[in-house]
Formats: sequence, structure tokens, C-alpha cells
Amino acid sequence: MAPNQDHLYRLRNRPLAEKLVDLGFKNITIALASVVAVVLFAILIVVFQGSLESMGRYGLEFLVTSNWNPVDDQYGAGAAIYGTLLTSLLSLMIAVPLGVGTAIFITENIIPKSVRDLLGLMVELLAAIPSVVLGLWAIFVMEPFIRPALEFLHTAFHWLPMFSTPPMGPGTIPAVLILVVMILPIITAISRDSLNQVPGKLRQAAYGVGTTRWGAIINVILPAAISGIVGGVMLALGRAMGETMAVTMIIGNSNNFSFSLLAPGNTIAAMLANQFGEADGSQVSSLMYAAFVLIVLTLGVNVMAQWLVKRLSLKY
Amino acid sequence: MSFIAARRTTDGRPDLSYQPRAARNIGSRLLTVVAALFSAIAVLPLVLVLGYVLIKGGSTISFNLLTELPPPPGLEGGGIANAIIGTIVVTLIAALIAIPIGVGGGIFLAEYSRKGAFAQFIRFGTNVLSGVPSIIAGVFIYGTIVTSRVIFGQAYSALAGGMALAILMLPTVIKTTDEGLKLVPDDLRRAALGIGASRFVMIARITLPTAFTPIATGVVLSIARAAGETAPLIFTALFSPYWSDLISGDGLLAPIASLSVLIYNFATMPYDFHNELAWSASFVLVAMILLLNLFSRWLGRFASR
Repeated sequence: MAPNQDHLYRLRNRPLAEKLVDLGFKNITIALASVVAVVLFAILIVVFQGSLESMGRYGLEFLVTSNWNPVDDQYGAGAAIYGTLLTSLLSLMIAVPLGVGTAIFITENIIPKSVRDLLGLMVELLAAIPSVVLGLWAIFVMEPFIRPALEFLHTAFHWLPMFSTPPMGPGTIPAVLILVVMILPIITAISRDSLNQVPGKLRQAAYGVGTTRWGAIINVILPAAISGIVGGVMLALGRAMGETMAVTMIIGNSNNFSFSLLAPGNTIAAMLANQFGEADGSQVSSLMYAAFVLIVLTLGVNVMAQWLVKRLSLKY
Repeated sequence: MSFIAARRTTDGRPDLSYQPRAARNIGSRLLTVVAALFSAIAVLPLVLVLGYVLIKGGSTISFNLLTELPPPPGLEGGGIANAIIGTIVVTLIAALIAIPIGVGGGIFLAEYSRKGAFAQFIRFGTNVLSGVPSIIAGVFIYGTIVTSRVIFGQAYSALAGGMALAILMLPTVIKTTDEGLKLVPDDLRRAALGIGASRFVMIARITLPTAFTPIATGVVLSIARAAGETAPLIFTALFSPYWSDLISGDGLLAPIASLSVLIYNFATMPYDFHNELAWSASFVLVAMILLLNLFSRWLGRFASR
């Protein structure tokens, strides 16, 4: 070894500038990471503060009365809250079997892998279509197409409260259907990921003791993947509650409470999209109150989703 | 558990062959058919929506449409050019805000504090923020930026719209950066630190470039999502039937048109011609978003090669 290379083996003294850059960079990243927390708390505080006036005036009555009248300055978001819960739960009831079924179909080796990958890609692309485009499609294509079916429902079952009004175009059922289209990709993608993560050994063991394909799916694979699937369903529920544009365009935006699924309805998000631009005075405060209710609902669902995923996840 | 006697062949050995008529095999095949049916139903909306957007929107695309302003109510002619530019501008503003913050935050999570309590709290916050409905981002920016007129006394502006979109992009960018950096093998970090690199140099020269592809993929996807958002824009960026003055920069402080808000406004107008323009705008918007999606997919595949 040549003696003039000795300096390479000596410990290097770090210059002050290097230490400062290092420390500064670390602190900058901490500050940037904190932005998330700051924004989250700021959203809560701003919306809560905006709604204080309305909260003081109406209290919890706001949540159950459905009289929304800017002329008389009377506000109650009951119809919108009911609409939010109704549309999201109904759409979930349709989308969960469809989404999980699709996920099973594209993770099982029923058809060639290239076809399955294509199906998966198509469902993912469906998630990329903006909701306002789906709303446009719902207004001009879907709603006219399903109108005869809705009219049939009304004439055949008009004695049921849920079909008691004649369909008038926009309404709750078209809104539910377009929500199904919007949350299907979420449920499918997350279910597919969690089904893919189930170890192959479990399936082989199930086949080994003599079960059929669906025996293995229902008794072994689905239970093993249930944490991810439930998490995906909860995320989809949160998305459905907060979904705005497509629903606004097709639900009819009526603040009159109706049990009929064929009548125009409203959701909190649709109400915000419709009225925030032109609102002033105590209407803004009431809209903020409604927005706060929406935040509480979606945050609750999302936090519960994270908790459930942790709780249900099996370890292999 | 009851014991079921095995079916036997004529010479007395257990018959282990597949019984196509057994109830459980028929049931299994039935469920397979049901699953196939469900997949077909799930894919149907994409085919239908894309088909209508391509046929109804694609057939209207012309040079005038891409270069002219939207017509006033009741009149025909005109195009959606200012909305195309507006969508690009607002999305760029959002990206310029969200990418530095998101990548920086992601670096902190993955490089400095992987298991720390604060980092876990930020991760939880990121998940919660990604669940916040997009309209709430609009309400928040309306309550803080628009009503207070903090940006040079302007109420509705392209900047406010960009900020609302940035809130929606932020969680995705942080998550993809965090996860992308976690995929970088620790050996690379030890090697860099071992030959005397400082932590900053290690991140800037080794880990970030290594994780570039997954981060870029996520960022492109979040840009595609932001470009299609409408709800945060309708009362922050509003809409404008005119060209935005981008050369002097005043256009950034004024209301700006965007494709998504144009679709929303024109879809609910009673004039057929405006509805047609909404379809054309849908075509342009969907084309932009699908191209971005395919680009991110290509980025991902490019890396795995």
C-alpha cells in the first residue's frame, strides 16, 4: 500500500456547512410533513367556526328538520342528511356484491390471465373517469334509458311508499346507480389486492382436503382476506357519502323530504355544490354546519375503516 | 362432523373421479357464472361511458372548438379553448404546491422517522385527509382564502382553485413518496453513509433517484385525478367565459375557466348547443386523463424492465 494514500483512512471531519445543510433539510421535511396535520386541523376548525352561528340557533334540531328556506331564513338539513345516508348505503348494497364478485373473478384462474388483467385494467380506468363526466352521461344517457323501468316500478308498486311518486327525471334511484359506478372500482381494486395477498398454501390445503373452488373461496380465501375487503368497503362508503358532482347533477336537489326513491332528493355534498356559490349571511353558516356534519360522517367512517383493518387482519 | 361413506367403483375401490353432476360441483359452476356476470356488469359502465364520450364528444372536435371561446347563452359557435388552458393552469398550480410538500413530507416519513410516534400520527392524518370529500376542500378554501381575500384582495381566483386541488393531491403524493422510498434497499443507504455521504447527500443523490419511478407514477396519477375534479373548483376558481391573462399573471388572480366546471355548467343549461359543448369538453378531459393514466402505467413498466 502506497504511503501517500494514508489520508483516505483517516476519519473525515464534517465541515460545519455540511452539518447545517443536514440539520436544515431534516427540519424542512418535518415542517412539510406537519402541513398535513395543519391542513386537517384547519379544515376542522374553519368549518366548525363557520357553523357556530347556525349551531347556536338551531342546535341538534338542524339534523332532523328538513325545512330549508333562505327567504324565511329557516334552515334544517334533515332531508340532505337522510339523502346522504340513504344513497350511500343503497349504493353500497349493490356495489359490494358486484365489486367483490368481480375481484374474485379476476384473481381466480377461471379465464386466461391476459383477459383477467384486461378486466382489472378496465375497472381501474373506470375509476379515472371524472365524476362530472359520469354525471353528464347519467343525465343524457342513463336516466332516459332507465326511465321506462322506473315508470313500471311506479305503476306496479305505487302503494309502496318507496315508489309512491311518478319518476320525473332526476331522482334518488339514478343517483344511487351512478354512485355504484363510482365506488365499484374502489371496492374491486382493494378486494383484488387483499385476495392476491392470501398465501397460495391456504388454497392448496383447502383443495387438498377435497373442497370445490367455491368451497375454498367462501370458507378459506374470503375469510383470510376479509380485513382488506372490509377496509375497502368502508373507504367506498366514505367516498359515496362525500361524492358530489355526479350526484348533484342527477339527484334533483329537492329539499322536500320524501320516502319515495323515485322523487328528487338531496345530499349534503349536492346541497353544498348547489348553494355555496350564491349563499350569504346565515345561509353560509347553515351550509357550513351541513359541511361539518358531512366531515364528521366521513371522518368517522374512515377512522373506523383503519381501525377495522387493524382489528380484523389475520397474520400469516 | 358426520362421516360420509366414499362412493365406490364397481370393483370396490373408492371412486375419486370428478363428479360433474354432484350438487357441490354444480353449485360451484353456478357461482363461477355469477362472478363472470358481475364482472361483465362492472365493466359495462366504462364501455358505455367511454363509447358515448368518444362518439358524442369526439365527433364534435374541430379546430374552432379547440381555439375559440365559449358562446354566450343562446348563441351557437365557439369552443372550449379557455377551459382547456384553465384546466392545465389550475392543475399545474396544484402540482406546484402539492409535489414539494408531499415529497418533503414523504421523505420525512420514510427516511427520518419510520416508526416514530409523530410519523405514525402524520401517516394516520394522511389517510384521514385522503378520505375528506373533495367538496370540503372547496368549502375550506372558500372559508379561508376566498372570503378573507388574502391573495391581493382577490376573492375567487385560479390560485384559490389550485390550492383546493392541492389539498386533494397532497395525501396521494405523500403516500407514494413514503412507500416508494421504503422500497429502496437499506444496503444502498448504508453504503452511501459508509463512504462518508451526509444524510442529505444520501437522500438527494441515492435514495430519491432510486425511488424516482414509483414516486413519479403516483404523482402523475394524482395529477390526473386533480385534473378531473370539479367540486373544489365551483366556488374557488369559479368560471370565466373569457381568456385568462396569463402573460401579465393577472389571470392567476381572477376567476378561471376549467373543463370540468364547463361540463357542469353547460350540462344543466337548457340549450342543446351548450350540452354539445359539454360532451366535447368531456372528450378532451377524458382524453387528457386517460393519457396521463397510460403514461403513469408506462412509467411503472419502464422501471420494472
